[in-house]
Amino acid sequence: MILDRRLLFVTGKGGVGKTTVAAAVADLAAASGRRTLLVEMDAKGAVAAAFDAPALGFGPTEVQPNLFAMAMNTEDSLREYLKVVARIPLVGRIGPLARTFDFVADAAPGVKEILAIGKVCYEVRERHYDLVVVDAEASGHIVAQIDAPRAIRELVQVGMVRDQTEWMLAILGDPAVTGLVAVTTAEEMPVVETLELVGKVRSGTDVDVAALVANRVPARWFGEADDAVLDALLAQPVQQRLADAVGVKAAGGVTSVFRAADMARTRRGMAEAHLARLLDGLAAPVPLTVVPEVHARAGGRRVVSLVADVLREEWL
Amino acid sequence: MTRRLLDLLDTKEMVVVCGSGGTGKTTVAAALGVQAATRLGGRVLVLTVDPARRLADALGLAGALGNTPVRVDVPGAELWMAMLDTKAGWDELIRRHAPDPALRERVLANPLYRNITGRFVNSHDYIAMEQLHELHASGQYDLVIIDTPPSRNALDLLDAPGRMREFFGSALLKWLTVPYRSRLFNVATKPFNQIADRILGSRFLQDIAEFFVLFRTMEAGFVQRATEVERLLVDDRTTFVVVSTLDPAPAREARFLAEELRRRSMPLGAMVLNRTLPAEVRRPVAARAAVALRALDPGVVGEVAATAAVRPAAAAHVIDEVARRFGEVQSVATREAERRRELEVLAPLVAEAPLLAGDVHDLAGLRALGRRLTGGREAGGSR
Ligand SMILES: Nc1ncnc2c1ncn2[C@@H]1O[C@H](COP(=O)(O)OP(=O)(O)OP(=O)(O)O)[C@@H](O)[C@H]1O
Ligand SMILES: Nc1ncnc2c1ncn2[C@@H]1O[C@H](COP(=O)(O)OP(=O)(O)OP(=O)(O)O)[C@@H](O)[C@H]1O
Ligand SMILES: [Mg+2]
Ligand SMILES: [Mg+2]
Repeated sequence: MILDRRLLFVTGKGGVGKTTVAAAVADLAAASGRRTLLVEMDAKGAVAAAFDAPALGFGPTEVQPNLFAMAMNTEDSLREYLKVVARIPLVGRIGPLARTFDFVADAAPGVKEILAIGKVCYEVRERHYDLVVVDAEASGHIVAQIDAPRAIRELVQVGMVRDQTEWMLAILGDPAVTGLVAVTTAEEMPVVETLELVGKVRSGTDVDVAALVANRVPARWFGEADDAVLDALLAQPVQQRLADAVGVKAAGGVTSVFRAADMARTRRGMAEAHLARLLDGLAAPVPLTVVPEVHARAGGRRVVSLVADVLREEWL
Repeated sequence: MTRRLLDLLDTKEMVVVCGSGGTGKTTVAAALGVQAATRLGGRVLVLTVDPARRLADALGLAGALGNTPVRVDVPGAELWMAMLDTKAGWDELIRRHAPDPALRERVLANPLYRNITGRFVNSHDYIAMEQLHELHASGQYDLVIIDTPPSRNALDLLDAPGRMREFFGSALLKWLTVPYRSRLFNVATKPFNQIADRILGSRFLQDIAEFFVLFRTMEAGFVQRATEVERLLVDDRTTFVVVSTLDPAPAREARFLAEELRRRSMPLGAMVLNRTLPAEVRRPVAARAAVALRALDPGVVGEVAATAAVRPAAAAHVIDEVARRFGEVQSVATREAERRRELEVLAPLVAEAPLLAGDVHDLAGLRALGRRLTGGREAGGSR
């Protein structure tokens, strides 16, 4: 079962619902009794918003029972690393150093990535949690992110950072431990990008692609037989008849109501075609979970728990 | 109101299209390009980052897109497109700034060069801004519209030139390029040295140093250029267009972006609300119709079914389902309305395009989207 792994990266094209799905996975895991850590990599504040919680810091916050959330920060990660691994406590002194460090990290490829991924792997290794869920970088950056230990090992010949890469690679490359969840929507560009992403993760990293989530898939409103009925009802004389029947105060709105249904049907049809292309395009199959567009008046926690409900059906 | 988005395109020379991932930046940039080229005239260039293959194919650009602009076949208009190529962009920069050919070749051949430029944080963002400068400065285009990369953080883009400039002027770069031995004895940097050595290993630092020694010979050129690029972002001839959907997360990012633009004195010209529900679902009369449709008398439904030539039970079921689901659509519309109110006040100009029935993947789709955004038909007007 996917939740029995100990590290899950949730990624996908921008805006498809990575944060929402990562939050829902963490919510589900926590509810099933797993002590869970949710890590927001890009620190945009979206995870806090998803739980209607105040801004997150590097130190984990328990946003609901069993569920801890943190925002990644390379400076704090460096500080922790220096303290725990290199045994160089840097309390207070890191300020001016951090700025300089920032430049080194910019200049030295992979340093920022290794600090972020290192922190994540460290939590897995130390077994502080049963499951670590990462709201990871978007598809364009994810490979550089999860591949950082290998890149560093190739570039750095000696030093502490290099020594650290071995155990990270062991964690990342074990499909019993680590998996990647690719989120997409049932639209053209996201599907194309997802196929590219799966290819790149498979060819360029040792991380296992564990699941696909098609998010925000428009619901099917009726069965096939009803489609013909809807077509018949959309005809102008029928619309006129309905307009007459609802009375003058509502007459002008009948067509809008039916057009919304027609549009929903068109979108559903297109979504199904895109999902078919997604499944067709995979060189080796990956389980796909379809999450519908949910209708909540508010965003945040409500959307997360509705999405978690859908995942529960298939993932538990 | 809509005519004014066209006015904005008419009065500016550079348009930076930015916003949260997947909101439609690339599509909107291209659609605005088509509108400007066909309705305002002049030479218009759209610099895109990652056009969908089908869109590129449909515009006849398959395989031809790179930093060098390609003419798009739009009757009666001069529309050009280019696609950001970060690697080629870097090579170009090195060629421009290298003091002599020998040094240029050494940089280009350096094994770390590819790796560093490819992974350099903000590298993509910087090259995008750099290309904007380049294309505008060429004087060949009346209007350059630039689509922006899906950044981890929209600020990366705005800060890219500044960070580049800072990097070249930084003490760190100087330190990195000082011979290794003398570095060890420098009191000021000693604690940092020791830590850096322990963590990264001195060999790696030396490799990097070697590379940056080469790089530093180009410092003056790079700094000057980055300063110019930075200035471009606050130039009167530049405007920013923020694209957002009315979902909570992208809207939150759009608000943040608008605020940061203001703080940096970068002009936000327009907010584009994309992929929204069509306005008709917000009409109160539609809400009343949905309620009334669920309360139709069975006799009336029977007559309707007869007119439609379907079974009465089937008609009753579909009418009820259509009306019930409309409630869901409306709840989304209500949510959207709140977001719209929050975003509307942030920009002097707001344009909106509904979620169109299909992907926007050809010229006709771009025209349709562009018309929604700018209003009106594609006729008349010249620059
Ligand atoms: N199944 C769903 N139904 C309805 N709304 C959804 C669903 N999934 C996500 N959303 C909404 O879509 C928006 C974008 O989702 P989210 O922030 O999770 O995307 P993301 O991929 O993390 O975006 P980014 O690339 O900006 O980090 C949010 O406002 C969220 O509430
Ligand atoms: N108004 C619209 N109606 C329907 N589809 C749209 C609309 N606007 C954009 N799209 C579609 O949405 C998808 C995403 O658009 P696009 O690639 O332009 O977004 P983007 O902001 O550039 O994404 P990224 O951040 O990944 O670069 C595309 O498939 C595009 O065709
Ligand atoms: Mg997110
Ligand atoms: Mg794009």
